[in-house]
Amino acid sequence: MNATSLLTLRRGLVGASALVSVGATAALAEEITIATVNNSDMIIMQELSSQWEEQTGHSVEWVVLEENVLRQRVTTDIATGGGSFDIITIGAYEAPIWGAQDWLVALDDLGDDYDYEDIFEPVRNGLSANGTLYAVPFYAESSFTFYRTDLFEMGGVEVPEEQMTYDEFAKIVAMLHDPDNGVYGTCQRGKAGWGENMAFVGPLVNAFGGRWFDMDWNPTIESPEWQAAINYYVDLMNNYGPPGATANGHNENRALFADGKCATWVDATSAAGYIFNPDESSVHDMTGFFQAPKQVTDKGTGWFWAWALAVPNSSQKVDTAKEFLAWSTSKEYVELVGESKGWVAAPPGTRRSTYENSSYIDAAPFAVTVLNSILAANPADATKDPVPYTGVQFVAIPEFQGIGNYVGQQISAALAGQQTVDQALENSQRFAVREMTKAGYIN
Amino acid sequence: MATKASRSAARLMISPAVVLLLGWMLVPLSLTVYFSFLRYNLITPGTNPFVGWENYYWFLTDPSFKAAMANTLLLVGGVLLITVGGGILFALLLDQPMWGQGIIRIMAIAPFFVMPTVSGLVWKNMFMNPVNGIFGHIAQGLGVQPLDFFSQIPLLSIILIVSWQWLPFATLILLTALQSLDQEQLEAAEMDGAGSLSRFFYIMLPHLARAITVVILIQTIFLLSIFAEILVTTNGGPGVSTTNLTYLIYVSSLLQFDVGMGSAGGVIAIILANIVAIFLMRMIGKNLDA
Amino acid sequence: MARTVTTSRRTVNTVFAGALSLLMFFPVLWIVILSFKTEGDAIKAPFEILFNTGWTTESYGAVQARSNYFKHFSNSLIISLGSTFLGLLIAIPAAWSMAFVPAKRTKDVLMWMLSTKMLPPVGVLVPIYLIFRDLGILDTRSGLVFVLMMINLPIIVWMLYTYFREIPGEILEAARMDGASLREEVIHVLIPMAIPGMASTVLLNIILAWNEAFWTLNLTAAKAAPLTAFIASYSSPEGLFYAKLSAASIMAIAPILIMGWFSQKQLVRGLTFGAVK
Repeated sequence: MNATSLLTLRRGLVGASALVSVGATAALAEEITIATVNNSDMIIMQELSSQWEEQTGHSVEWVVLEENVLRQRVTTDIATGGGSFDIITIGAYEAPIWGAQDWLVALDDLGDDYDYEDIFEPVRNGLSANGTLYAVPFYAESSFTFYRTDLFEMGGVEVPEEQMTYDEFAKIVAMLHDPDNGVYGTCQRGKAGWGENMAFVGPLVNAFGGRWFDMDWNPTIESPEWQAAINYYVDLMNNYGPPGATANGHNENRALFADGKCATWVDATSAAGYIFNPDESSVHDMTGFFQAPKQVTDKGTGWFWAWALAVPNSSQKVDTAKEFLAWSTSKEYVELVGESKGWVAAPPGTRRSTYENSSYIDAAPFAVTVLNSILAANPADATKDPVPYTGVQFVAIPEFQGIGNYVGQQISAALAGQQTVDQALENSQRFAVREMTKAGYIN
Repeated sequence: MATKASRSAARLMISPAVVLLLGWMLVPLSLTVYFSFLRYNLITPGTNPFVGWENYYWFLTDPSFKAAMANTLLLVGGVLLITVGGGILFALLLDQPMWGQGIIRIMAIAPFFVMPTVSGLVWKNMFMNPVNGIFGHIAQGLGVQPLDFFSQIPLLSIILIVSWQWLPFATLILLTALQSLDQEQLEAAEMDGAGSLSRFFYIMLPHLARAITVVILIQTIFLLSIFAEILVTTNGGPGVSTTNLTYLIYVSSLLQFDVGMGSAGGVIAIILANIVAIFLMRMIGKNLDA
Repeated sequence: MARTVTTSRRTVNTVFAGALSLLMFFPVLWIVILSFKTEGDAIKAPFEILFNTGWTTESYGAVQARSNYFKHFSNSLIISLGSTFLGLLIAIPAAWSMAFVPAKRTKDVLMWMLSTKMLPPVGVLVPIYLIFRDLGILDTRSGLVFVLMMINLPIIVWMLYTYFREIPGEILEAARMDGASLREEVIHVLIPMAIPGMASTVLLNIILAWNEAFWTLNLTAAKAAPLTAFIASYSSPEGLFYAKLSAASIMAIAPILIMGWFSQKQLVRGLTFGAVK
């Protein structure tokens, strides 16, 4: 009865909505639905997509969501085969896992013009499963340290040529911390989430010599290395961070830094396009950058991430979706952004041709450093001690999302002073053991 | 008085609502119960084997479970306390003669129309943000350290936001009830020398009892499943300090994608909600029957 | 009846009540103000913003350029009106029979209906999502109309039931004596008498449906997405975003706020849930 009434209801209303949507366009034109995050590069893509619509006659419906909500919506849809989206925005974490599960359409055939060889190899590998490309990169990033050149000069701080240690970094931060004048020594992510605070904490733990799991998949979150790293993080943020740091993710910190409120900030290289853009940032001409610090090791100190576009297997409009991908991740698209939005805003880190373009190199003083950081990040060898997994700031197994989110919550509670670092790590360890037991990795 | 024919007609008339609600309850509920006995994780597709009570074990021993229960109670209780208490005072005030009653009432009920997501976002950013929010600016102006709402008093902040949304609702219902109060009775009491406090406790409050139970019942229904406000402000954190039962189920089934465990949590929440429901129904049933 | 009140007492009341109401209203007022500022101005100190900055509508333009407001608006409109009227259609007969032909179990049925509202929606999202997928109604307005109708049905039934009960049975008896059929009884006697109650039921349910943010977000993608989804794309900042967030917020809540204000009297009159005899 329930199902029947649903069907009747549906028929009735489909009729009604058919009347509304009569304005459909040309014969072969299709409408595709794209789910994406509200990052600035994606918003530019949304603006420019009207050009693609004009060229092809197809049209695009956008679903723009905040990162966590997007991930949840897209995962629910793709895992249940809902088919609500034709193109989804996913990261370097999901692409290989979902590709291997046969949830995504292989993207090896976007045509000769697409020039796969032009895409950097580590980026391509990061988005492939079993040698097949399942997502095409929109932009790629590593992490490095943004700093205020004017404040460093005023404080008489020299930026060393070599990668500095986190201890040295803390000294500099302490010196530049000046809250009375609205400048905090450092802004780092505090908002809980595996893609938020754990993206900073992961490489920090790597630098302190820690790892998520030992070779038998036993969680090692209570190890002395983790203790040292998290204590360092909590002390640094409480002493020299902005108030309300537990609410700050990438976007919030980017706004704070662009507004001149932070002396240093270790975060995504892709933010450089925003920080150096005079239209957006008040510190565009007084920002420099150096490598993310090391500590006992320099392995895995800069993360690797790529935002990429993929087509779910449940999509009904695979061909049109591919057509859009071939456009939006092409060399021509990078050029289009460069010409219309300014070269500094061009999507970074994916194509060699971007870095061979003198317009980009001239407009983006950070270009070469960014490229070197991305090429240097090695997800296959990111820890001091051997591990059974790949990934720098994440562990490339499906269970990691849950564990990473939980540990992120615990660490943000420690940062907020609601519990000690010891408690946070103890809870995290217990949770990780639970999850790994549940999933059958350990007994 | 009702004939046999009208009885069967009545049964016929009530059946669409009953059947629909029964279906709406039973179909998803039985699926949820079924899932709760499977190992069913969205991101590791496979055969989904039957695992007995395992999911219940994992959910009940989840370190966040106890905290979530406590937070749920605090959240519902705190909001009820503020909205009922504040609502009575506000209704008493609005019941007094004054100029511009219309415009004053329009302003007072506005929060009830605001989407939960919007009110969460607005309070979080424009008011409670310690750097750019209004409270932060005021604190800076006064030369004191701005309060970092969502890390220092996270649950209380949520309670305040939700109370802001529900205070108008409580006020409106209580005000309507107050206006139906017999004025002569009040005046007689006044002449007999009853002070305003005793008039309030012996005449007004008993008169308001029904309205108060209604407010409690309706608000509890909505407050048990508070979600949007938490999602856009704290994401349940820091730690689990603002995770209520609804949010914990969300975390299990949609952030860890463990549908099996999330379903077990859903079943537990349904049982708990029904306990609360029975309790409330008893209370309200008594008050509404009169 | 009319109490004599001194002007000074009246003034004190007005000042107090006015101040409190303004306090309640202030957050809404503040986002209206911020929505007409530039992003740079919107993060300044409150006094600066009030007295030292200009006005602009650029944020509204920016929001509209990014998301098609009218599509989301019309989805919200269709979904909230559709679910409310469909709910009314099913609830009127049910409430009628409960109020006028009460059986022993009537009260239990009513309470059971209300208790279905206590099911946590997240607990049943995956089953509902699967059912919707199989019926092919994911991301359709009809799917949402159905879901919102179901979650608000208990409230509609209850509200109508309490109004119907206030209608004296004798009037119906009289109509029946005059030979009115059941249908005529409902249409010509019951409904006109219950109009105020139905008006406030309709209004309350439109408000609830308009603001529902769990199902509307999780069961839609693009085509059927209402204003709750529209606002979700502004929930995390991209650089400075207070002015844009304010503008988007105002666009999302203004229709319902204005409707609420204009129909305030009707809404309040019936919003008693049987609490007033």
